[in-house]
Amino acid sequence: MIPAAFEYSRATSVAEAVDLLRRGGGEAKVLAGGHSLIPLMRLRLAQPTALVDINGVKELDYIRMEEGRVRVGALTRHATVVRSAEVRRHLPLLAEIAGEVGDPQVRSRGTVGGVLAHADSAGDYPTLAVMLDAEIVTDRRRIAARDFFQHLFTTPLAPDELVCEVVFPAAPGPHRYLKFRRRLFDWAIVAAGVQQLDGGWRVGLTNCGPTPVRATAVEAALAQGATPSAASAAAADGLNPSSDLRASSEYRRHLARVLTRRALEQAA
Amino acid sequence: MPHPLTLTVNGTGREDAVEPRLLLVHYLREVCGLTGTHVGCDTSQCGACTVLVDGAPVKSCTMFALQAEGCRITTVEGLAPAGGGLHPLQTAFWEQHGLQCGFCTPGFLMAATALLAENPDPTDEEIGRGLEGNLCRCTGYVNIRRAVRAAAAAMRAGAEPAATAVVGG
Ligand SMILES: Cc1cc2nc3c(=O)[nH]c(=O)nc-3n(C[C@H](O)[C@H](O)[C@H](O)COP(=O)(O)OP(=O)(O)OC[C@H]3O[C@@H](n4cnc5c(N)ncnc54)[C@H](O)[C@@H]3O)c2cc1C
Ligand code: FES
Ligand code: FES
Repeated sequence: MIPAAFEYSRATSVAEAVDLLRRGGGEAKVLAGGHSLIPLMRLRLAQPTALVDINGVKELDYIRMEEGRVRVGALTRHATVVRSAEVRRHLPLLAEIAGEVGDPQVRSRGTVGGVLAHADSAGDYPTLAVMLDAEIVTDRRRIAARDFFQHLFTTPLAPDELVCEVVFPAAPGPHRYLKFRRRLFDWAIVAAGVQQLDGGWRVGLTNCGPTPVRATAVEAALAQGATPSAASAAAADGLNPSSDLRASSEYRRHLARVLTRRALEQAA
Repeated sequence: MPHPLTLTVNGTGREDAVEPRLLLVHYLREVCGLTGTHVGCDTSQCGACTVLVDGAPVKSCTMFALQAEGCRITTVEGLAPAGGGLHPLQTAFWEQHGLQCGFCTPGFLMAATALLAENPDPTDEEIGRGLEGNLCRCTGYVNIRRAVRAAAAAMRAGAEPAATAVVGG
């Protein structure tokens, strides 16, 4: 399967990337790790007429700790997040999630910014971003994660807008992310994440709808002293996940409850 | 329109002109003539096309050749020492029957090379996780795991590893 032809250009700075995207009109797309875009192009589900390769934009490849926040540059590879001592110390859940994205080959190439911009409902970082109230910083504005994931594959990004970084609060406390899948390297059929932060629990669900879900009913029950088992009964309230070949809607709702309970019980 | 491409493949510098849509796997097979790198699924699942890019394992069907500009690529043809003989992983796959039809083998060898460069003494669990991006339709994986364990022991005991296998960030 051969992708359709396109114009190729390489950017070495954020400014140059935005300029190249602008010159490509609405048809140019960013090429980061390519691990969502190239599969779509091979199937010709995506046929961009121009690609702007940002792999040379070194200024977007960093992890920085700053005033209780963890700032991750958009071009940071999954493998780099896994190995980062800073992330392991200040936001271990992010490192653990990164280690569960795809397989070693996917983690060599795929980027944090690419997962966010792609906004797949099975993407793992979007859930963490929403449950921790992270901020997505582009070349021109800051967008709260809860406003960023608008629908399946849909974000407020303009065609010439570049995701530059994501800013998480540091959260070294108890946490767990449980991903249910048939094969180790697969995307989540459903996943549940829990993180203790500021004395309370944050709870998020992956692939239970077109966007990541923050399970606020579970958070509220826990705040009132409910056990993990009692609180997780509310995990699927109000959710109507779609059915597909891998799981029915009802099974996904069941997984949401079970995985939330297990994540709370196993959080460490 | 073809673009210039300069890179190193198995230690040899190359300059070519390639179409932007040419995937790295097709560049290696059709332009370089290195057909040891296989196309199994073409959907980024099976890992048969795994090569090392600056030491890191990559599915070469999911990268454009132009994205390898300036990189060091190692394919299965580059594993064995230049003077002849086999790489310890190749020897171990042979001796431990880590293959049947052999179609998946180049990808497993490259993924295992990256695994052992980072972790010279992996547990069975770590071997499983390290090779999770590679599928084999024949062996049932047991002998593959045994082969990787045997190669790891041989390499720790001083058998020559591939000089180019350095895992980078
Ligand atoms: C076998 C396999 C298994 C996988 N499993 C998982 C999994 O379990 N969990 C998971 O989360 N992901 C998974 N992925 C996807 C992987 O994480 C991708 O790397 C990721 O979804 C996209 O990131 P990328 O850097 O590869 O982006 P690309 O594929 O290069 O780009 C994806 C989209 O985002 C846009 N884009 C990329 N970067 C930016 C930017 N900085 N600013 C604006 N737009 C941008 C592109 O234009 C494109 O539309 C898997 C992929 C494969 C092949
Ligand atoms: S051919 Fe590349 S992953 Fe299967
Ligand atoms: S030996 Fe036949 S696919 Fe692995």
